[in-house]
Parts: sequence; structure tokens; C-alpha cells
Amino acid sequence: MRAGRIIIDRASGFWMILSLALILLMPVIMGMGLFLKSVPIWEQNSPWQLIFGSDWSPTRGNFGFWPFIASSLYVTILSFVLSVPVCFFAALYLTQYASERLIRMTYPAIDILAGLPSVIYGVWGILVVVPFISKVISPFFGSNSSGYSIAAGGVVLAIMCIPYILNMLIEVFKTVPSGMKEASLSLGASYWESVKHVVVRKSFAGIVSAFGLGLAKAFGETIAVMMVVGNHIQVTVNPLEAGYPLPALIANNYGEMLSIPMYDAALMFAALLLLAIILIINLIFRYLIYKTHIE
Amino acid sequence: MNWRKKTEEVVAREIMRFSTYSLILILVFIIAVIFVKGFSSLTPDMVLKTPQGGFYYGGEGGVLNAIVGSIYIACGATLIAIILGIPAALYINVSLTRYKRLKNIIRFFLDALWGIPSIVYGAFGFTLMLLMGMNASLLAGIIVVALLITPIMVRTFDEILSTIPRGLHEASLALGSTRTEMAYRVLFKQGFSGFITAVLLAFGRGIGDAASVLFTAGYTDLIPTALDEPAATLPLAIFFQLSSPIPEVRERAFAAAAILTIIILIISLAARYLSARYSKTNLR
Repeated sequence: MRAGRIIIDRASGFWMILSLALILLMPVIMGMGLFLKSVPIWEQNSPWQLIFGSDWSPTRGNFGFWPFIASSLYVTILSFVLSVPVCFFAALYLTQYASERLIRMTYPAIDILAGLPSVIYGVWGILVVVPFISKVISPFFGSNSSGYSIAAGGVVLAIMCIPYILNMLIEVFKTVPSGMKEASLSLGASYWESVKHVVVRKSFAGIVSAFGLGLAKAFGETIAVMMVVGNHIQVTVNPLEAGYPLPALIANNYGEMLSIPMYDAALMFAALLLLAIILIINLIFRYLIYKTHIE
Repeated sequence: MNWRKKTEEVVAREIMRFSTYSLILILVFIIAVIFVKGFSSLTPDMVLKTPQGGFYYGGEGGVLNAIVGSIYIACGATLIAIILGIPAALYINVSLTRYKRLKNIIRFFLDALWGIPSIVYGAFGFTLMLLMGMNASLLAGIIVVALLITPIMVRTFDEILSTIPRGLHEASLALGSTRTEMAYRVLFKQGFSGFITAVLLAFGRGIGDAASVLFTAGYTDLIPTALDEPAATLPLAIFFQLSSPIPEVRERAFAAAAILTIIILIISLAARYLSARYSKTNLR
């Protein structure tokens, strides 16, 4: 009886450690796998050439990722600009001002928004954002756009990122001790002044981290963006024109990548690039959060 | 209070209030659009039939293949994630309680894992598949989705487990239980609401993710009957049908989107209800 219990304990303890180790090793294994697969392309081109070259013609063996990286950056930054003010103010309101009733109404809404699959956001984008851009926005600026554009990608992405950033911001603002705000109020500051100078300043590192992690999330989002962004290879500054972000490139071409030499290595390089960028951003900002929690 | 101060106070508050209410409006707007558009072409055939001849030119049939495929993949992946993730989460809270630093570092890496986009999992799964000589299949889809949702499950469950007071650990150890017994009989029970939330959250992520199964699960008009057959998934069904130029096929994509939204809403509501229900029976 006793021995049996101890054996079970040992076995289960072993499985616990093993599963945890497996999970923690996953990014390393993934990085290695993608790296090994993309080695052929490293051997022929310098990373500099790959990242900043803008000639993309796989059949001739030219792989310049710049149009895709530029599109990704453009869409990401656009979504960032659109979602940040909403997240920031909504998180402040929900943590500092809102009544119990409003909170009970809003949190489920945020949860559902966070849980909706990206393809649903894509469908919504096609139904609402794309026609809006082609029928209202682009005639307003006197240009002709199909609506499938960087702007559409930015809007859809912004809405997808809102619940993600918002949840983190709420966590951040909640950790500010209410005593600090009360001290400021008792010194004669107005409520908004206390919020502005105490709550926001105190959680500055957390705010920056939440926004940074939102950026990383937006950068890697695939399906929703791909459905509305137009997928046309070009470097453009006009947000009403089509773009072709990096994740969309991978998703669109997996079918033919085995038929053209080096193509699979190029796409795996793209995936590796995504993984590296997002993991680095994540590690930096998570570290910042981790540091502020310790203090 | 002077005039400027007061105006700033009011303006700031109104901006904040507007932002908050706009969140609810956005949600209602998205769901309303999907439902209004989807229900107009949602027929019983959509959920009860697989694609028949000429389906992709506007012919008869439905997306049952995709619904079943998605559920298979999400269930299989959730099962693997439970087997891997639950012991991992328990380990953090049972054996590492004294090593605060290590615990934080592990959580930090798990959070970072959560941030990796699903397309990268998909691409990695694809290389793994080629390496093992597998074709796009149900099994490959399940494995990749499992990799994707395990960190989510661990972190969600861990979040609840970490709130369990230390005294409960000690009480159970003092009664002579081994660590495993404490983990599964005390902590698991006490954190059962968190377990439900974690499972449903992971399931929802698994059923809705498109980029990871794009490479790995393939697409077929048939309902898969074995692990090595390809499987259709709902998000991909929506995606592919939407890229068709034929209006009837596009209409059906909207109906499929409505089906997926309903599934996600049910999962979300169930998570809310069940976690509230099971946390009632907790020791306090």
C-alpha cells in the first residue's frame, strides 16, 4: 500500500516535470526546426539582402522580403495608432471610474471579443470595413480603391488587438495601490489629475509593455488581415492600396512552395523571422512587466 | 477648482466613457453583422449535410464536414493539452512553491509562448510533418493545435491554482498525503473552476484557429473516419468559400461564420456559467 503510493507519486512527479520541460522547450525546438529548414537560403543570400531586398521572384531565385516586411509594419503601426487611445481610456475608465454594473456588462464583452476567432473578424472586415473604404473613404480622397487595402487590414487588426491590450492594461492599472491616488486627492488634486499624475505615471512601464505586446500580437496575426488586405506585392505609402504582410505570404503559398526550388526555405525563413521578432518583443516587454511586479 | 481644471476633468471623463461604451458597441456591431448576414442563408442543410456535387459552384449541401472536422481537431488537441498542461501547471504550484524566482521565470516564458502567432506553429507543424513523412491529416492538425493551446491552458489553470492559499497545501501534507495526492485530490479539486475555464478557453482557441491547420489538416469534403485522413475545419471552410466569386458560395461562407460564432458564444457562456458554479463548492 505504502510502496504503491510512493511509486504513483514518483511516476506522476516525473510526468509533471517532463511535460513542463517539453512545453518550455517548445520555442527552442520550433526555432531550431525552422532554422534548419531555412539554412539553404542563408547559404545563398546574406540576411541583409533577404530582409531589405525588394525583388521577389521565387522562380528566378530572388527572395527579397522587404515588400512583405514593410506591409506588415505598416498594417501593424496603423492598427496600433487606432487601438491605443481606445484601450488606454477604456482601461482607465473601467479601473478608476466605472460602476459595478458597467463592469459587469463590459468584462464579458471583452472576453467574447477576445475569444472570437480571427476568421470572424475577417468576415466582418469584408462585410463592413472593405465596402466602407471603397465607397466612402476612397471617393472622399478622390482615389479609386477596391477597399481591400492596408487601411482595412489596420482597422480589422486594431479591433482584434483591443481586447488583448485592454486586458493587460486593466491588470496594470489594478496593481496601483488606491492609497497613492487617495494621497494625491487629499492634497487637493482633482480626480482626473490624480489619475493622470499618479495612476498613469506609476504604471508607466506596464502601459508601455501592454502596448508593446499588442504590437507583437498584431504583427503575427494572419487570417483576418490576409482576408482584407488585398495581397498585392508592392511597397506603398498610400494606406488605400493593397499590401501583402509577412504572415499572409506564408499562408498563401504553402501549396506551391514544394514545387519551386528554395521556395520552402524562403517561407520557413519568413516564419523564423516572425518567430524571432515576436519572441524578442515578448521577452523584452514581459521582462519589463515582471520587473515592475517584483518591485 | 478653477475653470480649466474642471473642463479637463469633464472632457477626460467623457472621452473615457465614450471609449468604454464603444467597446460594447463594437461587439454588438460585429455579432449583429455576422448574424444578420449569416442567418439569411443558414438552412438546416448547412449543418446537416456534407458538400454534395457542385457545392462550390452553388450546388446542394452544407458544411457538416467542416463542423465535425473542427470539433474532432479541437477535442483531440484539448485532450493532449490536458494531458500535458494540467500536470505542468500543478507542478508549478506543488513542487516549485518555495522557488519563487524559478516559478516567475517559468511563467514569464509561458506568457511569451502564448504570444507566438499561430501561423508560426502552422509552419513548424508543416516542417515536422515533412520530417516524419506524414501527409496533411487529422492527426497532424491535432498535434499542431495542441502545441498552440497548451501554453494557454497551463497559464489559465496556473492563474487559478496560484490563488489557493498555502495553508491548504500544508493541511493536506500534514495529513500524510504525498505530493501527487495533494496535487490531484486537493489542488485540482479546489481549482476545478479554473480547470473548466482553461479547458473551454483552449477548446475555443482550437476550434477557431485557421492559420495553424491551414498547412497541416488539409481540406476534404468527407467527414474523416481515421486519424491519417485529411480533415476540413470550419474557419478554413469560411475562408475558402469567401474567396469564391460565386455569390451563393459566399453567402454560405457567411452562414458558416454565423455557425462558428454561435459555437464560440456557447463555449464562452458555458465557461462563465460552469466556472461560477464550480467555484461555489470551494473550500474557503
